[in-house]
Amino acid sequence: MHDDTAYSALSEEHEDDARWAYGTGFHDPLHGIDTTVPEGVDGAELGAYCLALGDDALISAQRLAEWCARAPDLEEEMALANIGLDLLGQARMLYTRAGQADGSGRDEDDLAYFRDPAEFRNVRLAELPNGDFAFTIVRLLALSAWRLAVFTRLTASPDPVLAAVAAKGVKELAYHRQYAAEWAVRLGDGTEESRRRMVRAMEEVAPYLEELYAAETCTTIGEEVEAVLRQVAGEAGLAWPRVRPLPGSGRDGGHTEHLAPLLAELQGTARAFPGAAW
Amino acid sequence: MVTATDLLERARRAAEEVADPELPMLTLADLGVLRGVEVGEDGAVTVALTPTYTGCPAMAEMRADVARRLRAAGFAEVRVTTVLDPPWTTDWITPEGRRKLAACGIAPPGPAPARRPQGPVPLTLSPTRRTVPCPRCGSADTEEISRFSATACKALRRCRSCLEPFEHVKDI
Repeated sequence: MHDDTAYSALSEEHEDDARWAYGTGFHDPLHGIDTTVPEGVDGAELGAYCLALGDDALISAQRLAEWCARAPDLEEEMALANIGLDLLGQARMLYTRAGQADGSGRDEDDLAYFRDPAEFRNVRLAELPNGDFAFTIVRLLALSAWRLAVFTRLTASPDPVLAAVAAKGVKELAYHRQYAAEWAVRLGDGTEESRRRMVRAMEEVAPYLEELYAAETCTTIGEEVEAVLRQVAGEAGLAWPRVRPLPGSGRDGGHTEHLAPLLAELQGTARAFPGAAW
Repeated sequence: MVTATDLLERARRAAEEVADPELPMLTLADLGVLRGVEVGEDGAVTVALTPTYTGCPAMAEMRADVARRLRAAGFAEVRVTTVLDPPWTTDWITPEGRRKLAACGIAPPGPAPARRPQGPVPLTLSPTRRTVPCPRCGSADTEEISRFSATACKALRRCRSCLEPFEHVKDI
């Protein structure tokens, strides 16, 4: 082996791992980690929880990836794709943990590609269409602030695997929130048009927030997220809107009409060609 | 006669020399992602790696490269395991790794932000005053173009003195 670039490695055989893309050649992102479910932890409950957090990440990553070749400029396209990639990494670990903990033995591909929309447990905010750049930014701000608050607490989870996934995720999510917050301020405090779009985006996102807070048993998460949203809105010269929350929750399998087409695109190849390699 | 210590030393050296797929001027040892090398009584090698970013797509390549390199070094059975805790930070990049990055025109990271044991992560919206010196001309007068660059671990900056753009390994 004379050089070690990713490109040369692609053309080499990796024993039975001749593939390198998502879901292939790297079958177990938790490989070699002690995956025993600790005593006193309900495996089914832990599995369902990891699955829901994994679904939030996968669906968000898919929406962010849709900005590729559509973002306002190259830097933002790379930023959004990078954030999506972090979330995809989180989804892979959480799915793997979910399949181990619930005893079903399902792997990440089973969970990502071979479940139907009603089996997904992501919050509805994650699946809404991208809308304009302002909506994407406000949604990213809300979701990353919420996920950061959740992951900060999960670093103390009784499950050491979930705690470790959360500890890694905290640093990434802080970066995502920072990116979204800076853009939110720039748009809100920008031109008349960008401000108008920010106001509209905040009004569109706000009704879905109660669903995020209700998804967690910890009651201080909502206050923490609201404080961040008010801080950012204030810095942008705007006020975070007070709205009536939308009833229902993706955590119960209740989704908008937007999830099924998203999954059709995400799952189409894997279902048409099970076990496909490239 | 090859002792167990010799074998371990040989395995360790082979694993340490594997280059990072995305920052090929760095070895896995320079990057600080190599968490342990063990040789079992049966001669099987176990190498523990830790990912940089959760979604880092180079992780699969690193595992494959480590296995390949060790097999080439004469170890028939190689296992590559993952370690998540404690999480990797850029503080794990060695001084030698930092020197190599700078020599290739990539600004090495500063100290990673301190980990808060508890409580919310604060959001700072005022511009940060931290300077990243230009790896080409050394000027401290540089600006961030984008926090996200060609790989998850790097930001894109520009030097206001020599006007060259450069990459910066983000402190994380």
